[in-house]
Amino acid sequence: MELLLALNEGQTRLTVILVYLSLLLLLGFVASKMFRGTKQDYLLASHSIGPFLLLMSIFGTTMTAFALVGSSGEAFKQGIGVYGMLASSSGIIHSLCFFVIGVKIYGYGRKYGYSTQCQFFRDRLDSDLVGLLLFPILVMLVIPYLLIGVMAGGGVIQAMTAGAFPEIFPNDAAPLAGGLPKWLGSALVCFVVLVYVFFGGMRGTAWANAFQTIVFMVLGVVTFFVLADKIGGGETLLESLSIATSKVNPEFTTRMSMSPTKFFTYMLIPLSVGMFPHLFQHWLTAKSAKSFKLSVVMHPIFIMIVWVPCVLIGIWATTQPIPPSIAENANKVLPFLVKTQTTPLLGGLLTAGILAAIMSSLDSQFLCIGSMFTNDIVTHYLGKDRFSDKAQVLIARTFIVLVVAVTYVLAQYELSVFVLGVWCFSGFAALFPIVFAALYWRKLTAAGAISGILAAAGSWFMLFRDAEYGFDGGYSLSIPYTEFQVMPVVAIFACSILAMVVTSFITKSPSQETLAKFFPEEV
Amino acid sequence: MKILIWLLVAALLIAHQDSWYWTDNTLVFGFLPIGLFYHACLSLAAGAFWLFVCTFAWPKDLGEDYENKTNVGEKQ
Repeated sequence: MELLLALNEGQTRLTVILVYLSLLLLLGFVASKMFRGTKQDYLLASHSIGPFLLLMSIFGTTMTAFALVGSSGEAFKQGIGVYGMLASSSGIIHSLCFFVIGVKIYGYGRKYGYSTQCQFFRDRLDSDLVGLLLFPILVMLVIPYLLIGVMAGGGVIQAMTAGAFPEIFPNDAAPLAGGLPKWLGSALVCFVVLVYVFFGGMRGTAWANAFQTIVFMVLGVVTFFVLADKIGGGETLLESLSIATSKVNPEFTTRMSMSPTKFFTYMLIPLSVGMFPHLFQHWLTAKSAKSFKLSVVMHPIFIMIVWVPCVLIGIWATTQPIPPSIAENANKVLPFLVKTQTTPLLGGLLTAGILAAIMSSLDSQFLCIGSMFTNDIVTHYLGKDRFSDKAQVLIARTFIVLVVAVTYVLAQYELSVFVLGVWCFSGFAALFPIVFAALYWRKLTAAGAISGILAAAGSWFMLFRDAEYGFDGGYSLSIPYTEFQVMPVVAIFACSILAMVVTSFITKSPSQETLAKFFPEEV
Repeated sequence: MKILIWLLVAALLIAHQDSWYWTDNTLVFGFLPIGLFYHACLSLAAGAFWLFVCTFAWPKDLGEDYENKTNVGEKQ
């Protein structure tokens, strides 16, 4: 305690963050003691994950920096509409995806031994090319998703440790001076996640996810009440909440400045969970199909518990004296409020909560790209008997380090977490028709799926380029001859469906044997 | 049952487009903007709906016999 008292505020927060990160390393180490040494155990935890751990790991994986830092930052810019745009729609659609896609994929995964999406699509469509095409596209879409976490992790640590070492880390922006620079914070986050993923594999990841989900949910709620008390300043909690919200301009407590058609078309974005490769892998870790029930039911409620406080904090921030250097990068609004409105010790704990949300997504994404590389490229093309399980785990780890290195370099650019997230999710959402059709439409052909994937990838890239690679944050499309605006995902989604359906109708279906495997009741 | 479930999903998605609260500045409980309160309730309704689905319409042909089986290969 004396040592803590001798530290300045930034150093105290940094100490708490470092203690939290050490706990995660310890968790990975404990999980590694249960590692059975096989690839199956490393990548899928030997299908041993029960309902509670599945709920926590799926929820922790789905809620990233986007949910805490991005939602509060975007509410600061756009108001309460952010909740309807992504949270309540996700509550309906994510669970729908778990139910109609996840449960079915789990069944096929267990029956035919799949670990990755490419394995499933290759088998379902009798086509090697589908897997070869899908692999780079999925990796390229996972990278922006990783970027969200790595960028936000560095930014949060910098903002929260400001003042810790003013002489070592000077900064032109006064509120950030003395804080660990973004490159160092990002590197620290990557290092910790890599270590516990490498030691603990999927089991360590699931445990760390569950632990971190509890941490960020509990600390998120604590943050909300502490900030309500500080910003509102009333005598009771309800009074503080009332005062805090009553100061907010109606522009932020309504959706008056939001385009209704844009709001409506945001509905397509949560469909992205149907094609997240890391969720695919998490689904396959389930002990049984029944394990999904808790996730399906609780996911919308958990979303509400996390997002409602963040959105309220975001709109309250509009009434606070936020320095321009923070306001222009909305990702830093939540860390800034936590830092300026709470004690250093609590601030450090709350930062741990934010980092927990970020890292609980990064770990699954790291693991899934390693899994995809070994299964879809290395063993598929070079032969699985050529490599021992140990060698395959080593190959997976090497590929993960390479992708993380690329992500780390890209993370040094300053982009909005929210905007980047929306682009990334739009890409995955555009691939949703392919997985849905593969599961429920026997007429889907390999050529149809390939056309759909190419149309999705091509149209996504064209529009992303048009939006200046995410730097044009307000980018949207206009419906011709009207003033209505829609999200780019609508066009990308439409291209994907159209190409897939038309091509499937004019090309040859997979063999009867394949169809009997996936649609036994219809043959 | 399948039709009922899809109708309820559609109802939830339609309820999501709440143009009626678009510019309403009412504060529920004195602090919660009504647009946010409504969508929070929609999240609770979604949870209740999925509880109904999992209780009464959980697919029966899921092959729970995988529970104690461990896969070891890419393809069996």
